Amino acid sequence: MPGFDKRVSCMEQALEGLQDGMTVLAGGFGLCGIPENLIAEIKRRGNRELTVVSNNCGVDGFGLGVLLEDRQIRKMIASYVGENALFEKQLLEGELEVELTPQGTLAEKLRAGGAGIPAFFTATGYGTPVAEGKEVREFDGRRYILERAITGDFAIVKGWKADRYGNVVYRHTAQNFNPLAAAAGRITVVEVEEIVEPGELEPSQIHTPGIYVDRIICSSFEKRIEKRTVRA
Amino acid sequence: MALTREQMAQRIARELQDGFYVNLGIGIPTLVANYVPEGIEVMLQSENGLLGMGPFPTEAELDADMINAGKQTVTALPGASIFSSAESFAMIRGGHVDLTVLGAFEVDVQGNIASWMIPGKLVKGMGGAMDLVAGAENIIVVMTHASKDGESKLLPRCSLPLTGAGCIRRVLTDLAYLEIENGAFVLRERAPGVSVEQIRAMTAGELVVPDEVPEMQFA
Repeated sequence: MPGFDKRVSCMEQALEGLQDGMTVLAGGFGLCGIPENLIAEIKRRGNRELTVVSNNCGVDGFGLGVLLEDRQIRKMIASYVGENALFEKQLLEGELEVELTPQGTLAEKLRAGGAGIPAFFTATGYGTPVAEGKEVREFDGRRYILERAITGDFAIVKGWKADRYGNVVYRHTAQNFNPLAAAAGRITVVEVEEIVEPGELEPSQIHTPGIYVDRIICSSFEKRIEKRTVRA
Repeated sequence: MALTREQMAQRIARELQDGFYVNLGIGIPTLVANYVPEGIEVMLQSENGLLGMGPFPTEAELDADMINAGKQTVTALPGASIFSSAESFAMIRGGHVDLTVLGAFEVDVQGNIASWMIPGKLVKGMGGAMDLVAGAENIIVVMTHASKDGESKLLPRCSLPLTGAGCIRRVLTDLAYLEIENGAFVLRERAPGVSVEQIRAMTAGELVVPDEVPEMQFA
């Protein structure tokens, strides 16, 4: 890949180097803003024993849920996993390990990971099962627990538009965990709806600067809606 | 009579103040948005990363990229902002949200709350609840006074794993509005037609009853 041109031409190239046992950070909240084609490519590649870090684990048959079908995920780090029958089954049968993490702590672990901060103190989870085995420190009369940052071998991210330099913008609430995952991946792969010419994205409006991004690919998306709610 | 879900939402809506940023949990808390008093403006925060959440979309407005923390499709009002989940929880943890309303399984006299895990049942996760209770100064818990089996949910000590320790000071149930002070529930208001004795019988934690306990009024 010459210079700053981060574009790759096919899904095989997008995830080249992904190996069994690696940690994959995935953007998305529920089914909103998930890198659905990169997830499908992980399924096609058949990598196993993966640790996946994502707020949720998709639903049966879509999103990260498809990686459960061939038991590709060994450990899931998430804040809420209730939408998925296969997930429950594998969890109860002991085939899948889950580390439930408060949503804000998960977001901050990724943010810290991307920013080179190894750990941080937070009040979230103090006095709860989340605090078990963690260092407690008092600051100004309040107690906080020490949480470790998260980084990943790969980050898979869904953007709206990107240029070939890897500058990315997200659309509406499809932003969610995507910029956090993007910054915390050793190899960060972003799939977008549109690749635009350099200069088309307003520099001050870019969410993920290209320095965090290694590979860009243009995809088409189903964008499945998890809970369709409308008013009359 | 015990309050209906709508009446509980109406009662909580009276705690809204002009200019408040508010986070509403799933269930009854969500209904509070329908009862914002005339003449005041509040802005709803959704922890996936939206400030200025509007109503559900019309069919024409429906957009898979615009959802709330309950994963429902929503709209954004003029003046809304959208940001990452880290930014969203920075607002919450930094104490910038003026009021948080959320449900619970149990609350106790020390202000502990249990709302996410029942041992023996499958644990789906805490989502953002632990961050919300740890980050907000001003929280109202809304729940039924007793479980379906008739067991009190206002306890001397929570029996379930906690969501947060010592962080709750106000509770609205279908029978009463209570504040937690000095290791006891203080009965502040009764649901219409519900007696102090009925509330006392359904409250397992220590209950302090002031001389005057007004009945809630509904139009």
